[in-house]
Amino acid sequence: MIVAVASGKGGTGKTTVAANLAVALRQAGRQVQLLDSDVEEPNCHLLLDPEIQQSSPVTVPVPVVDPQRCRHHGECARLCRYGAILCLNGRTQVFPELCHACGGCALLCPEKAIEEQPREIGCLDQGDAGGVSFVQGRLKVGEPRAVPVIEALRQRTARDGIVLIDAPPGASCPVMAAIKACDFVCLVAESTPFGLHDLDLTVALTRALGLPTGVVVNRAGLGDDRVYRYCQKEDIPVLAQIPDDRRLAAAQAEGRLAIHAVPDLRDAFLSLAEAIEQRVAP
Amino acid sequence: MKIGVAATGDSLDAEVSAQFGRCPWFLIVDSDTMDFEAAENPAQDLSHGAGPAAVQELVNRKAEVVLAGRYGPKAEQALQAAGLRFVEAAGKVRDVVAAQKA
Repeated sequence: MIVAVASGKGGTGKTTVAANLAVALRQAGRQVQLLDSDVEEPNCHLLLDPEIQQSSPVTVPVPVVDPQRCRHHGECARLCRYGAILCLNGRTQVFPELCHACGGCALLCPEKAIEEQPREIGCLDQGDAGGVSFVQGRLKVGEPRAVPVIEALRQRTARDGIVLIDAPPGASCPVMAAIKACDFVCLVAESTPFGLHDLDLTVALTRALGLPTGVVVNRAGLGDDRVYRYCQKEDIPVLAQIPDDRRLAAAQAEGRLAIHAVPDLRDAFLSLAEAIEQRVAP
Repeated sequence: MKIGVAATGDSLDAEVSAQFGRCPWFLIVDSDTMDFEAAENPAQDLSHGAGPAAVQELVNRKAEVVLAGRYGPKAEQALQAAGLRFVEAAGKVRDVVAAQKA
């Protein structure tokens, strides 16, 4: 079973839910893999302190122009919709970080002057966190394209057991790459105006992808009842509530898991997992 | 001399755009005759790399000098690769083109 933990808004508690769920399930004897796909800012490791056993680079193919062969026909520049290769007054210039690695420029070049070479944009770290199989993607600082790193990470998805994916925030391409081909998307939201606004965007995204969802209300007690009313209206189950408890904030700030700070929460996370499993395979 | 101006509108009375890559219009002005053509900037809505794509547009339109409020780092790199002179400017397009001539 593959479960993505997502939210439109950043800082609503995706990592809190993913990390605590992973450890609670592991301690209950389940086989668990956690994939941190928030590759611009992976932070599950802060709570799980994994032992990284292997790091491997993620590369994308980018064009390299042979200036001896290039005759500046400009086919490459006319094709590229991202401005990653330009034909400029007798000079062909590549902007590798803008390249989406389609390979079209190399294919079209009448002089065969373009060769694709791998460029490293990030890496995958694989390891173990107290029995939880752990993999995180890391995008290099300044790289604009997270999707290839997330896709490489998803290649590592375990075939058995429970796979939890900590998704990046937002509702754009990186989120789609993280949550597609999941069995269930667990949406974390606060019941505040911003929380609801961004929850609504993510619900639209999961519906477009045809993925079943449920909501975890984090910091329950904060704000008002707007997220609950929304879920009722949209027929989305509220699967769990994490209270707005100062002890949780303190634990989080120290890099400790909520289930260790407030042991009652362990059962709440196990009930959440059970509710998800019932929905995935009733 | 053909001057490519990043502009807020499609006439010589428009202002020079504060930003180069995401300006709405390019005016290609012949500084000798003040004849000009206006082209919508095809790069203005790109999520990344508007600067380089805008430079390609100006190269295609045979601009020799470029005027805008300011330039991003990738735009500057592309302008240098293209061998174009680029100048920071502000005010009405008509006035800044005339100032280039003087």
